[in-house]
Amino acid sequence: MAIAFTLNGKSTTVDAPPEMPLLWVLRDELDLKGTKFGCGRSFCGACTVHVDGEPERSCRMPVSRAEGKEITTIEGLSEDGAHPVQLAWQEIDVPQCGYCQAGQIMSASALLASNPAPTDGDIDEAMSGNICRCATYNRIRTAIHRAADIAQAPSATSHETATGAGGSEA
Amino acid sequence: MNAVDKTGNLSRRGFLHVTALAGGGMLLGARFPLDGARSAFAATADAETALNAFIRLTPDGIATIMAQNPEIGQGVKTMLPMLIAEELDIPWSQVRVEQADFDATKYRGQMAGGSMATPMHYESMRRVGAAARAMLVEAAAKEWKTKPEKCTTEAGAVHFKNKSLSYGELASAAAEVEPPNPRTVPLKDAKDFKIIGQEIPGVDNPQIVTGKPLFGIDVTVPGMKYAVFEKCRVHGGKVKSANLDAVKASPGVVDAFVVDSTATRQPTNGVAIVGDSWWLVNEARSKLEVTWDEGPTASQSTGSFDSQAEALSKQAPEQNLKSDGDAAEAMASAAKTIKAAYQYPFLAHAPLEPQNTTAHVRDGEAEFWAPTQTPQFAGGDLSRALGVPQDRITIHLTRMGGGFGRRLTNDYMLEAGLIAKQAGVPVKLVWNREDDTRFDYYRPGGYHYLEGGLDEAGNLTAWRDHFVSFGQGRSFASSANMAPNEFPQGFVPNFELGASKMPLGIPTGALRAPTSNAISFVVQSFIDELAAEAGKDPLQFRLDLLDSAPAGTRTAFDPQRMKAVLELVREKSGWGKADLPEGTAQGVAFHFSHRGYFAEVVQATVSKDGELGVDRIWVAGDVGRQLVNPSNAVNQVQGAALDGLGQALDQEITFDGGRTNESNFHNFKLLRIDQAPPVEVHWVMSDNQPTGLGEPALPPVPPALCNAIFAVTGKRIRSLPISKHDLSWT
Repeated sequence: MAIAFTLNGKSTTVDAPPEMPLLWVLRDELDLKGTKFGCGRSFCGACTVHVDGEPERSCRMPVSRAEGKEITTIEGLSEDGAHPVQLAWQEIDVPQCGYCQAGQIMSASALLASNPAPTDGDIDEAMSGNICRCATYNRIRTAIHRAADIAQAPSATSHETATGAGGSEA
Repeated sequence: MNAVDKTGNLSRRGFLHVTALAGGGMLLGARFPLDGARSAFAATADAETALNAFIRLTPDGIATIMAQNPEIGQGVKTMLPMLIAEELDIPWSQVRVEQADFDATKYRGQMAGGSMATPMHYESMRRVGAAARAMLVEAAAKEWKTKPEKCTTEAGAVHFKNKSLSYGELASAAAEVEPPNPRTVPLKDAKDFKIIGQEIPGVDNPQIVTGKPLFGIDVTVPGMKYAVFEKCRVHGGKVKSANLDAVKASPGVVDAFVVDSTATRQPTNGVAIVGDSWWLVNEARSKLEVTWDEGPTASQSTGSFDSQAEALSKQAPEQNLKSDGDAAEAMASAAKTIKAAYQYPFLAHAPLEPQNTTAHVRDGEAEFWAPTQTPQFAGGDLSRALGVPQDRITIHLTRMGGGFGRRLTNDYMLEAGLIAKQAGVPVKLVWNREDDTRFDYYRPGGYHYLEGGLDEAGNLTAWRDHFVSFGQGRSFASSANMAPNEFPQGFVPNFELGASKMPLGIPTGALRAPTSNAISFVVQSFIDELAAEAGKDPLQFRLDLLDSAPAGTRTAFDPQRMKAVLELVREKSGWGKADLPEGTAQGVAFHFSHRGYFAEVVQATVSKDGELGVDRIWVAGDVGRQLVNPSNAVNQVQGAALDGLGQALDQEITFDGGRTNESNFHNFKLLRIDQAPPVEVHWVMSDNQPTGLGEPALPPVPPALCNAIFAVTGKRIRSLPISKHDLSWT
């Protein structure tokens, strides 16, 4: 069945079973490997994409529901990796294994789009559907605050991250 | 490419090998004995020609450093090249890092595990860089007709008086230079480090944040099919018959067949479904009807383990592991004795990237693209199972979506190889989350029946532990053992550790900080009970105990280093000084593992109706005189501490009828951000060899948390996870 949607700003048509989850259409039909498979049941958030700007778990979303929608994946979040969240993630050196981070970044960017200056509580609420098995949660919080600063004033000075020898990080 | 090919210093202690590149520049390879390597990790690839580091220096001034070890999130792909680049004296911006394939003829110690990369490679990788620098200097000195000693290097160039030549300009000439003796080439003084000790972001970060295909699960090869593998839910069970024809008729399925291989120690048995789309072949599993021969493990369950352990605890231990003094006599004459039974559950590794491998087996050779922590251990099993000689097996190493010890076993590589061999085309096998949870090599559960004795002054005089674990005869199941010199051995005059074992048909293996992740909970919780019984401050009680080893006693670790981290965490956490509200308290624990010294304080709040929140974790660690990459060091420690928290709070794997009950993240619960407190990390920079950080920060967290819960509620947590306990208090 042909299903048409906008993917990362481009009109896209795929021929796939309507009940096939968007995740597998993205990964195996369209060869966009950035969106990750973690659990297949919306528990871990590794497959998070934006559907009309809202974060969605693509592992449970039948591709038929994408018809006519605007889908954004990690590959389309920015032209050149320069979305404030992508910049902050590198500056704060968030990733360990990195596997969950595309999903984390998609959830974080959706949060900042609706709430440009989230508190730690806002972050915990918006991000609790995204598991990081390496538990980089301290840095995810720091990086979201940093991304908020970058988005508001791209030249803003860096948050104190005090990760050095003898230092601490909270 | 080898116009010139020179090998220097063919001593058994290591050598260098230089090759001129056809397009200009040099390729330097080196082989070193691995510093302080455990024999198990260094046993392979002992050919005298095996090299363990490569630098490619091209005329554009770029140094490309091969990252030889698998990257599981421990940061080794960034860390090892940092060591080389430091001594090469080249700006990090001119360094590129490439992941090496597995190659037993080129590299040694290509594995990720045991927090071993730093202790194994800290010096040898620096020597490779220093040797390359020396060759560049010699080439420049020759050009300027001066002595190498008169030249200096800085920022990727050699300088003499007002002259300078960049490494790129010198690379081809340096390829003609006789390599120096790597064992005597001078190394920098730590005060001159420009890269080591800097916060260098992970080299793959730009690819990670833009979603580039880096991981095993992202591999695509031409003509590839997808596969799933249905195994018997009872561990060790086998296929009797299956409705393969019905499955083959499912949409997208091209083949379905039974795989049955007993060529390796762990047999491979199940039904493979191969097709054009992973989702379709996974869907086709719902059509599969298999009659299984469940085998003997069908009689094993968590309940049966619990009751067997209880029965064994009433008997004398089957095996004595350690005996100092006379524990029975000391217990009888102690002023106070306490007894407690502790237990901890099986745990899954649950790396977020499910197990997967892409394999192509054809014409007597095999090619793999695999997320594996131990490529060097895979070859033998693959060769036996596939009937392909080891030297015709290629393994491409991919980045891994977490390891935690799960990818030390290569069971999924074997499955992929066997399926690909029968399918006759390249096959990507991907497990779903249920497969991953049900078919792990679990952290084994265990039971400890403890008794402690105190004298009139509240000093620990006797310790007895009957450890009931799993295994057969004298041998423990994998990671179900306990070191005879585990703390407090050596610190208490009368010590007895005995063990009894139950047979186990469920596979077990190393989970991050193996054995320590469980034993720390038991030992550091019971120490807390003894401190309370003695009426002493739990942190001071530990310091006193660390002082109690008689001079000359061989203990598992240096008590002075452990005291230093305890003192630091006391200071940083405000231990005993903080004015905490009712319902909030701190707990402390320490543990030595993987050469690292860690003392940690957890502050927790428990509401009267038993709701638990963890407010903050303070970590004090000592891994020697140098953090190679402080940014990653802190990240690893925070992650390890929170990993320990997740385990303690809510994780267990249980069995019924030989089957794993848990299946996905709703019933095997990983820590989430709203449960994750700030983790403060502090260091004692002791004058010792730098050691690794993947594991040792984990073990103190579960007991420190349980000790904090006791301090609030008066309730001792003697079994994990904590979620099974009612924490309400009045």
